[in-house]
Amino acid sequence: MHKINRWIAVIVIVLGVGLPMLPQIIWSFAFRWLFPSLLPTEWSMSSWEYAFSPSSRVVEGFMNSMEIAVFVCFLSILVGLPAARAIAMYDFKGKGFIEWLLMVPIIVPGIVSTLGIHQVFIRLQLTNTFIGVSLVHLIPCIPYMVLVMSSVFANYGTELEDTARTLGASPIRVFFSVTLPGILPGLMVATMFTFLISWGQYITTALIGGGTIVTLPLVLFPFITGINYSNAAAISLIFVAPAILVLILISRQLGQDSAVMGGFGRL
Amino acid sequence: MNRLKLIEKLRVPLMIFPAFAIVVVLFGGGMISGLGQSVGYFPVIGLNEFTLDYYAEVLSDPGFLESLWLTFRLAFLSTLFSSILAVLFALVLRHSFRGSRLLTFIYQIPIPIPHLVVATGIVLLVSQSGLLSRGAVNLGLTQTPRDFPVMVFDQPGVAIQLTFLWKEVPFIGIVVLAILKSIGPQYEEIARTLGANSWQRFRYILLPLIMPGILSSSIIVFAFVFANYEIPLLLGVRYPTTLPVMAYRSYQDPDLGLRPQAMAISIILAIVAILLLVAYRRLARYAVKA
Repeated sequence: MHKINRWIAVIVIVLGVGLPMLPQIIWSFAFRWLFPSLLPTEWSMSSWEYAFSPSSRVVEGFMNSMEIAVFVCFLSILVGLPAARAIAMYDFKGKGFIEWLLMVPIIVPGIVSTLGIHQVFIRLQLTNTFIGVSLVHLIPCIPYMVLVMSSVFANYGTELEDTARTLGASPIRVFFSVTLPGILPGLMVATMFTFLISWGQYITTALIGGGTIVTLPLVLFPFITGINYSNAAAISLIFVAPAILVLILISRQLGQDSAVMGGFGRL
Repeated sequence: MNRLKLIEKLRVPLMIFPAFAIVVVLFGGGMISGLGQSVGYFPVIGLNEFTLDYYAEVLSDPGFLESLWLTFRLAFLSTLFSSILAVLFALVLRHSFRGSRLLTFIYQIPIPIPHLVVATGIVLLVSQSGLLSRGAVNLGLTQTPRDFPVMVFDQPGVAIQLTFLWKEVPFIGIVVLAILKSIGPQYEEIARTLGANSWQRFRYILLPLIMPGILSSSIIVFAFVFANYEIPLLLGVRYPTTLPVMAYRSYQDPDLGLRPQAMAISIILAIVAILLLVAYRRLARYAVKA
């Protein structure tokens, strides 16, 4: 019985995960792929050449997406880390309310706040700017950063920090030599989640960026249901590349460390 | 000494404040601005009198209710199927067997992949000229692309569901798997020696332990699908469409007079999302206790 279940799981997982990725890989190298051939009749690199040419704006979009995502990660850590630590390690008045408030952006549809913010940002002249787009990305990112890191801090003891402090280490030294190494695996997962949330944003960027800030999802979007499957596939694969890199970096923590994913159990 | 006390007192507020301020100013500000526009405060086009007319207009539109039902159905079915599949896979993957680590890695691959990439792949896979349709012809099951069932731009939204399933099963699955691995086999072994069969062991031992994980991860999934804009826009029919698409379309209309309606739609969307998730949480907690 166990054996049969295992084989079913193996087949379903391998086929299920692989099948939507397979035609993208083949299409990106296809020049002519007539129905109903299972493989292209003519191969070519032309869609990759197109993707890397300035006219497709893929490279430009990639760089913009990367800059915004890295900046959003930096801001999320800066404001999310202290908040997560306070929630996990201190008892204070109104803690339940604060916890609830920081999670609300996960529950309330992002499009609702974004439509409202659009008007405010027009007045503040933040539309069509790098900062404006980064700030709207920050809204869904902070809750995830706090969620994951507060569960990491909940399983984190302060004894080593106390020892370092009594030995005369400065607060900055304590943070970089003691705290940071202790929370690093969890922080990596949280940062990667944050990066991916920003990396995948479409509608927030489209609205607040107003077409001036072109990120990779905006470049890919019209291709998805367009007629040129090869170009769609190549751009899609460029869009997914950093995500695969991220998975390889954090897959150990995801599967093994229940403290990290346990953060999602606190909602 | 007093200075130290003051620092001690201010520590927690200072740690909380930046995150709190950003969420309140950006998110709260956006909500208030949207709410204001939906009740008739939109000075840009000369509106500044309180009215609930826009809500009345939206709620009396039969197209709105159709969209609301579609949005709910997509989110409900995606969440239900994702949760069931996630638990089934986690029950297999929690054991160590040859290749289990590799299989768990493959299982996690969808987690970081952006939804737009999945949508691209699903179109190339299940559309009438897609890979599956080609396979069906080669196996002699169909003759032309038209014999293959319509799954993209279709009324039930099969491609939309497949996209969300592919993304969300591993997400819920990894949360459940982390809990199952931390439980270990002891409880089940005790139950087994007491004569509990495998269904009873699952129902009375594992399920109550993994339920909080299923609950919170499925809340995230439901909220995400309920709010998603791009997937129903790309892979669904033009009419009826989901509420986020409907709100954004009215918002982008050249006629600025439609803006308050767009805001009313989006505020209703937010209220429904909150009510559904609160109800779901209550219900699930109750079900676990029973």
